[in-house]
Amino acid sequence: MMQTSHLPPSVGIGFKRAHFDALQASRAALGFLEIHAENYMGDGGPPHAQLTALRQDYALSIHGVGLSIGGAGPLDADHLDRLAVLCRRYEPESFSEHLAWSSHCDAFLNDLLPLPYDDQTLATVCAHIDRLQDVIGRQMLLENPSTYVTFETSTLAETQFLTEIARRTGCGLLLDVNNVFVSCTNHAANPRAYLADFPLDAVREIHLGGHDAEDLPSGPLLIDSHGTAVADPVWSLYAETMARTGPLPTLIEWDNDLPDLTILLEEAARAAAILERPRHALAS
Amino acid sequence: MHSHLEAETAFHAALRGQGLPPGVTAVGDLERRFSVYRNTIAHSLSNALAQRFPAVRRIVGAAFFDAAAGVFVRAHPPESPLLHTYGATFPQFLAQFPPAVSLSYLPDVARIEVLRGQAYHAADAAAMSPEAFGRAVGTRPDDTILRLHPALHILMSAYPVVSIWQMNQPDAPSADLVPRAEAALIFRNGTAVNVLPVPDVIARVVTALGDGMPLGDVLARNNPTAITDALSLLLRHGLIVGVNADPKRGSHD
Repeated sequence: MMQTSHLPPSVGIGFKRAHFDALQASRAALGFLEIHAENYMGDGGPPHAQLTALRQDYALSIHGVGLSIGGAGPLDADHLDRLAVLCRRYEPESFSEHLAWSSHCDAFLNDLLPLPYDDQTLATVCAHIDRLQDVIGRQMLLENPSTYVTFETSTLAETQFLTEIARRTGCGLLLDVNNVFVSCTNHAANPRAYLADFPLDAVREIHLGGHDAEDLPSGPLLIDSHGTAVADPVWSLYAETMARTGPLPTLIEWDNDLPDLTILLEEAARAAAILERPRHALAS
Repeated sequence: MHSHLEAETAFHAALRGQGLPPGVTAVGDLERRFSVYRNTIAHSLSNALAQRFPAVRRIVGAAFFDAAAGVFVRAHPPESPLLHTYGATFPQFLAQFPPAVSLSYLPDVARIEVLRGQAYHAADAAAMSPEAFGRAVGTRPDDTILRLHPALHILMSAYPVVSIWQMNQPDAPSADLVPRAEAALIFRNGTAVNVLPVPDVIARVVTALGDGMPLGDVLARNNPTAITDALSLLLRHGLIVGVNADPKRGSHD
């Protein structure tokens, strides 16, 4: 029996080790903490000691960034084992990964790279998700990517692709609203149309992060940098989405140029204020 | 027919080269948009090295370091998604990197930083108290083999790299360097990693103990004072986690 994702429908933050002391001192009331799985794959030491301590007080989301679910080759069996060990050790309320590839043959590329959306890649991604869910014994959430290019060979829209993956594998979806805004802006598409097509009933978590912007002759280039506050248009899309779905577990992501914990907590409070609005008022 | 693997292979080749993969498109400025991927990979891996080798970076300067890291990242991309293991071969790379070869001590400074990272992530193990150690050694000290803490590493260099590493810590006072060989024990202390300078002889004794040499054999090869000093140092820092009897000697009493 597969355990489903069950984070509380409130706001969490990405936990960074630099914030450990401040977080312990603040005892901040957060819905959950999210960590990157690969940062906790050492044998021992402070990372595990800190996470074990925090796990006493907070719900936990483990977010993988290195499995390469969207890769053409088979999943890395060693890495699957490491993820299973981590899930057994910390019993997270949720596990998530990306619709992207990050390894090619023996090279790890440390980026979330795009794939064409067609019947062949759909079958591969579904097989990878089946395998992962089997190994970790729980439902995973798959995150929509931020992309900078598209493939002429794609025959399915990203929203169709994700809809079909969730239907075939039973995985949940992690809707990164910033990624929607970044990708749609980069591809001169309408983020509201994208969200209208998105299978919101499969969404179990929301990500909100910051992006960088650059003006090109062909239009804006937005880069999913996770190094700034959430942008205003992303807040608007978030509020509109919550008006449709009701409150969902929401993560403030900030991975680079890390600010003080108080800044993250302010972003979290802003998201919480949106989540707590009466549902009919959310879209206004 | 474009297979998934062909598309991925072409994309990967373009990430490592200058061109664009076939079949990739954008609203315009395709080169610039595709380069986001190339830049993210290069910058994120260089940043990982900068975080792992702060003293090396301080010694050579940010511009030199970033150039060296860029060459390393292209020549030796990570083979694992566990980025805390990335850069373990950076010291060897520096030893052969032509612009850095005149800094003959630099690879050993980098080794200190590699070992600090390994110590940080090493397995946990409970320290033996001096009393428990005394009881365990009992009446057969010669047959005793120590089990040392998994986070303990030993660095021995022909250069004063422990002093150089210390001088290149944030807010470290400047000091006069003495040209000499130096050694250090590198181990965890709570949430921090210690780099403890030790005399060469202590480093050699700890190396022999860590390699599983029975205490009697270590005693036969070293000054007894050095062994006493090494054992008390190991006990004081909680670096002895168990003892075994030498299986080769068996029990004959």
